[in-house]
Amino acid sequence: MSRNKFSSNGPKNLKYTVKHLLGYLGREKYSFIAGGLLVLLYASCDLLGTYMIKPVVNGILDGGGLSTLFQGVMFTACLYVIGVIASFGYSQIIARSAQKVVYDIRHDLFCHMETLPLSFFDTHRYGDVMSVYTNDVDTISDAMNNSFSTVIKSFIQITGTLLLIIILNWRLSFLMAIAYVGMFIYVRFSGKRSKKYYTERQAKLGELDGYIQEMVAGQKVIKVFCHENENINDFEERNEALRKAGTAAQTYAATMVPAVASISYFNYALVAFIGGLMAVMGWTDPGSLASYLIFVREAIGPINSFTQQTSFLLSALAGAERIFSVLDEESETDEGNVILEKSKENGWNWKKADGSTVPLRGEVKFENVVFSYKKSHPVLKNISLYAHPGQMIAFVGSTGAGKTTITNLINRFYDVDTGSVLFDGIDVRDIKKADLRHSLAMVLQDTHLFTGTIRDNIRFGKLDATDDEIMEAAITANADSFIRRLPNGYDTMITNDGTELSHGQRQLLAIARAAVADPPVIILDEATSSIDTRTEDLIEKGMNKLMKGRTVFVIAHRLSTVHNADAIMVLEHGKITERGSHDELMRQKGLYYKLYMGMTGLSD
Amino acid sequence: MNDLKRLFALLGKYRKDFFIAMLFVAIETSLELFIPVMIADLIDYGVMTKDIGYMTVKGLQMILCALLALTTGILYARFAARAAYGWGAEIRKAEYRKLQSYSFSDIDRFETSSLVTRLTSDATVMQNAISSGLRPLVRSPMLLILGVILSFTMNAELALIFIVLAPILGIVLFLIISRVAPLYSLCQKAIDRVNESVEENLRAIRTVKAFVREEYAEDLFDSANDNLRYLGMKTNSIAVLNMPAFLIIMYTAIILIMWFGGEKMISFQLEVGELTGFLSYVMQVLNSLMLISNVFMLLTRSLASAHRIVEVLESAPSLEESENPLEEVKDGSIEFRNVFFRYSSKAKEYTLSDISFSIEAGETVGILGGTGSGKSSLVQLIPRLYDVSSGAVVVGGSDVRDYSLSSLRRSVGIVLQKNMLFSGTIRDNMKWGNKEASDDEIWNVLKIAAADDFVRSFPGTLDYNLGQGGVNVSGGQKQRLSIARTLLSKPKIIIFDDSTSAVDTDTERRIREGLMGIKECTKIFIAERISSVASADKVIVLADGHIESIGRPDEMMEKSRIYREIYEAQLKGGYDVSQ
Repeated sequence: MSRNKFSSNGPKNLKYTVKHLLGYLGREKYSFIAGGLLVLLYASCDLLGTYMIKPVVNGILDGGGLSTLFQGVMFTACLYVIGVIASFGYSQIIARSAQKVVYDIRHDLFCHMETLPLSFFDTHRYGDVMSVYTNDVDTISDAMNNSFSTVIKSFIQITGTLLLIIILNWRLSFLMAIAYVGMFIYVRFSGKRSKKYYTERQAKLGELDGYIQEMVAGQKVIKVFCHENENINDFEERNEALRKAGTAAQTYAATMVPAVASISYFNYALVAFIGGLMAVMGWTDPGSLASYLIFVREAIGPINSFTQQTSFLLSALAGAERIFSVLDEESETDEGNVILEKSKENGWNWKKADGSTVPLRGEVKFENVVFSYKKSHPVLKNISLYAHPGQMIAFVGSTGAGKTTITNLINRFYDVDTGSVLFDGIDVRDIKKADLRHSLAMVLQDTHLFTGTIRDNIRFGKLDATDDEIMEAAITANADSFIRRLPNGYDTMITNDGTELSHGQRQLLAIARAAVADPPVIILDEATSSIDTRTEDLIEKGMNKLMKGRTVFVIAHRLSTVHNADAIMVLEHGKITERGSHDELMRQKGLYYKLYMGMTGLSD
Repeated sequence: MNDLKRLFALLGKYRKDFFIAMLFVAIETSLELFIPVMIADLIDYGVMTKDIGYMTVKGLQMILCALLALTTGILYARFAARAAYGWGAEIRKAEYRKLQSYSFSDIDRFETSSLVTRLTSDATVMQNAISSGLRPLVRSPMLLILGVILSFTMNAELALIFIVLAPILGIVLFLIISRVAPLYSLCQKAIDRVNESVEENLRAIRTVKAFVREEYAEDLFDSANDNLRYLGMKTNSIAVLNMPAFLIIMYTAIILIMWFGGEKMISFQLEVGELTGFLSYVMQVLNSLMLISNVFMLLTRSLASAHRIVEVLESAPSLEESENPLEEVKDGSIEFRNVFFRYSSKAKEYTLSDISFSIEAGETVGILGGTGSGKSSLVQLIPRLYDVSSGAVVVGGSDVRDYSLSSLRRSVGIVLQKNMLFSGTIRDNMKWGNKEASDDEIWNVLKIAAADDFVRSFPGTLDYNLGQGGVNVSGGQKQRLSIARTLLSKPKIIIFDDSTSAVDTDTERRIREGLMGIKECTKIFIAERISSVASADKVIVLADGHIESIGRPDEMMEKSRIYREIYEAQLKGGYDVSQ
């Protein structure tokens, strides 16, 4: 199966990503506009306040007395008061809006993820999807919290400072401009060079993370084979490789800050010297020079933070791009308009588009179904089958023969390539997806439990189930006795996918979950593979009650589970090779007979 | 903070780089500090006295300073990078080594995903703390102290303004940090909850979709998401208060200096250059206070990671090796003497209670019992994957606790229920059992495990790559390869913990027959099928952690109610009981 990774390493489709991201900011439009304006106001006050030093100093030098000084100082103070208030305002507004935006992104990401078709989950690794939630959303959150205001502020400060500098002394400013250009070129150049190092480091990091993930998962096997020392050696090799690559990348990246700072200082020195010469020549006055030099020095800070923040912003945009690539994945389509209703009086009913209602019978029919996960590799080749209402249909066959695929088509985890799947004569594609799935309960081999109590986990099958209904379902699934022996019974908390329970116990809970859902059709996909035969026998007794009046599909490795099915389908390479009841198949003396008699095995 | 100290001790050979990096930052910073002094000189003497020679000297001195600052800056980058990545590597190494000494119950206690985070992202957080925190950590206090000193030497009266304002700012910033720090750890927990919810849904997407529980899942997710938003807002709205607080103090300082400085200028007590130089020190000092508070914010955020790492490092291993361990397991005999066992001392009930039995070397033993009856727990005590709570497990005549773990486990092979293969070729995986094994030996065990046929059908046979976690083979194939791997280590006792659940009856029989050929080895099977234990020397039936009955297979129909029930259940199923 191909594994798709989300694109990484710098934003590729910048325009689209920025537009999309602005759409999110737009939801908090007024906050961001207000925040932006306040940043503007604050930065202007800050700048003007500093500028005031010049007239004040010059005023004194020109012989102005205390009153001139007082006026100047008071004016500056007023500017500063406004600046402080504005900075308080914008920081509070943006801190709040940023959280809202990140909340929205996370919410949309999750809700959209829930609508994606199974093929998405089958072709992406959990780790890659998780990383979108953890790393990518985080970078956006950080960028909004820190970079948004800093970038606006630095930008205003830089342009404002430049403007003031030009007004104060255009000749010296020409010199400044040269230094700025130098810095810009350096940052661009080093950004390009560093990419090579970063890619190398990311590769080594990925290698080490992959190794750790695999080995920590297999830690118990390592213990059993006393393989600890070999593993330490393997680990240290990879760890050392990352250290080397990381040191190289970081050395390169970290030179940027001192380099930019030194350029500024070099420039500062030059400007001071030449400005001094100009003052000597009488082209400028000492007051202007002093305030000019303060501005030059002031400009260093914003330039540094601007360089830093742009790199944060770029990585946030790369993260945003990955987020949007998930959001742009096509949702499952649902063009069905046939509705399924359940009423207390007369059970499940189909309600067609024209308003007519028909009682549900639970008949499932496959007509010439062809299906492939990957084009030109058909998994099911022209499958036709018919399950009468209330029948139990079993599938037997090797791994990869297509047993699970058949059940995936009934509940539309995947759609057929050609042919059709009919539920009570209605094409499943015409049935509203949610209703279709409500009418089918699935118990899968890999049982997954959710964080919550045992009761919550059973209730997952029917959200409004009463405690009595839950207990009844647990008794049917033969799970009641082990649940009662747990420290808190039905209220025992399940965490971490229920690793504290045995595989068999988890399967029992999954069966209880299906039982409480009380659907007309049940699909059991290797549902009892980890349950011992004696317990299975006990469940079967409960299940027989449950299966009465329902159509049941069973996939099982053990023939004991399937021998009393109404019809058994033997699948080989995507085709049904034998079909019939147990007795019929035994008489046919085909593959089923051989399997049953233990004369041959199923290849995996 | 103790956690940080503990982790700092791991710097080891990179400690040198760490201090050299600090030294270079210090030099770079002090060079920068001289620049305003020179500027003041240049303007006040050079310009006022129109001494161009003096100005040139000062200008060149400043350029020299800038160049030196560049050199030391680059050197700093080099050593800091070595220190940061060296530290990260040492932390990961210490964690990984520690993890290798963990027992099964230690591994159970931490969850896999949490261990992975502690080894990967938590270590990265610490590493980043150095690479982005070291420079400001050294610079800021220096700028602060030198700035204060220089401004005092420049004009002691004006500098008094600092004495009042700097501590006020320090206190305000401290108050903000101390309010925010506990909130950060709450935020971290909220983030964990959100991630947990996503991960759960990714894993169980089939279940979610099959039951049409997307909206229900969304509600659960949103409550976690909401909680995170609430905490995030609360934390950030306090954290960002440092900005206006800083501005108030800085602006006050500037205003005061303008006023008093201006007054002095009017009375000709102060030069213009002095005033501007002084103002730039003011900004420097206050800026550095701000930077210090940022570094502290960074540190508080990394404290949570540090704590999680230290938890891994400081966890006392729950299995202790004997001081003078036995290195040789005499034979494959096993005896359980009144064994009681529970997974944690907090568990209310014992998983195994009062288990006593003995097995002769070379015997074949089947263990039967329902789901949760304690079969797996029982066999895991033999290679001492867990320690008994009371009683004793004796292997080869000695208590398992008297052997060194490696010699015991080399003699007791176990094929775990949840087995794993690793990235690499089939040969690489087989060699876990025995490093020196030849290809012939490998083929031999593959044959016993009924795995030779499919391995031969793979491209490259033994060189076939299994992929991460062995994804390139099916469940049944994985089980057979795991059996072969264990056989290759030629143990005196071999335990199969339901190791053939994904293998069909016929193949299972072939494997069992192959194993019978290894006469000298004690074999223990946990089985579900009567047919699997029919040819055993002894059958143990477990129920709720007790031995229900024990005996030869032919006696069991008489002796054991559970055995009879399983027999009957399987008779009407497709099992060929006669085998």
